[in-house]
Amino acid sequence: MDEVSVAASQVPTLLEWTPNLWRGFQTTMLVTVLGALLMFALSFVLGMMAHSQHLLVRGAARTVIVFFRGTSLLIQLFWFYFALPLLGISLDPVFAGVLALGLNYGAYGAEVVRGSINAVHPTQWEAATALNLSRWRRMQRVIWPQAVVLMIPAMNNLFIQLLKSTPLLYAIQIVDLLTMGEALRFQGGDVAVIYTALLVIYFVTAYFFTFLFSLAEVRGKAKLGQHQGVASALRELVRSKSPEPERVVAGR
Amino acid sequence: MSEIWNWNYAFSVLPELLEAFVKVTLVVTVLGTLLAATLGLVFALVRHARIPVLSPLLTAFIEFVRSTPVLIQLFFLFFILPDFGILLSAMVTGVIGLGVHYACYYTDVYRAGIDAVPVGQWEAATSLHLSRRRTWQRVVLPQAIRNVLPSLGNYAIAMFKETPYVSLIGVVELVGMARQVAADTSEYLEPLTMAGAIFLAASYPTALLLRRLERYLETSAAT
Repeated sequence: MDEVSVAASQVPTLLEWTPNLWRGFQTTMLVTVLGALLMFALSFVLGMMAHSQHLLVRGAARTVIVFFRGTSLLIQLFWFYFALPLLGISLDPVFAGVLALGLNYGAYGAEVVRGSINAVHPTQWEAATALNLSRWRRMQRVIWPQAVVLMIPAMNNLFIQLLKSTPLLYAIQIVDLLTMGEALRFQGGDVAVIYTALLVIYFVTAYFFTFLFSLAEVRGKAKLGQHQGVASALRELVRSKSPEPERVVAGR
Repeated sequence: MSEIWNWNYAFSVLPELLEAFVKVTLVVTVLGTLLAATLGLVFALVRHARIPVLSPLLTAFIEFVRSTPVLIQLFFLFFILPDFGILLSAMVTGVIGLGVHYACYYTDVYRAGIDAVPVGQWEAATSLHLSRRRTWQRVVLPQAIRNVLPSLGNYAIAMFKETPYVSLIGVVELVGMARQVAADTSEYLEPLTMAGAIFLAASYPTALLLRRLERYLETSAAT
């Protein structure tokens, strides 16, 4: 009785709430990373399928892509969460969330993969053919390494979009960062403080991952002989403070 | 055992869903797009003018809004505006939230369009002694906007697909209605699937039309 009244009269501060926010953040990260892994895998599979010479394979890929790009993420999320159990498939909310995020953004990623493969210069295809490489070797050793570097900025955007969509999981009862923020609000916490803190956390996280993607791009370019490598990029960054490293904007 | 999919039920919920779609989802999309397109243009002009303090601040604001979840921005507006004595309906809050968020994307689209206008056009406007205002109004913007119309349209579709977010601040749009109907009967499969079908039926043809517009603009610009 006493404890309850004490708890009700004292609103926890943001600092006291940090352990809870941290737990929520871990869930958010878990869903983001798993969702992103599924997204990358699907982008690759669907992107390669969309590039296939067989009409049936291409058609199947296009159908999946159109379907998941054409409907709203929230519908897909609810569908996996509410509707699939009716079909006898019971899903853990986290699993449903990862599935929806991965499929939705994977469909967008497939277009990125397809576009990047098409963007590799025709002479590279011709050279590989002239060297009598098999279709598989041509893709694996010539086209793919170049296409990957081309798709990194767009994949970075998609990853940030995915990260920014994870608060939706609050709607299917996943205890993520937003849920923890809401819990503090229900305890009587200051709305402005809570939401500003949440936004800042997402902002910092997004920038951290953008930094990682930039490093990956530099490494990929270095392997192709188009860049000096990560060490030199960092040296440049330290030496000349004024020109910012090329910033990748989050867009669709 | 009850059947998994009931066509009669699926069609019986359709009128309610369509009503929510037309009265709320489409209205939010159109108003949100108008707000985003207008505000985005203002942002782009302010950034282009390089006004000390204001332009860098705006750039930082845009970067922040773009890098953070729109859902939390909606919650932020929904719970904070009343503290400042601004009482808006959830729907208006949703339009403002989505509109401001997408304005930050539109800004870059406009900027790309403005940058793509050849320098000669600016020089021609100067040599004709057009005022700054008329240069923008009659020379630069018409060309800039024409070039980026497809991108603007694509963002409108993206916003359209994010309108269900406003159901989480209590606006009963298409998905909110689907959930309400489903909760009444505890049959989720049909309403949610029909809602998805409506989204697909609206967004896919629009996307195809935009692609045609893009191709048309490319070929007509080349001649």
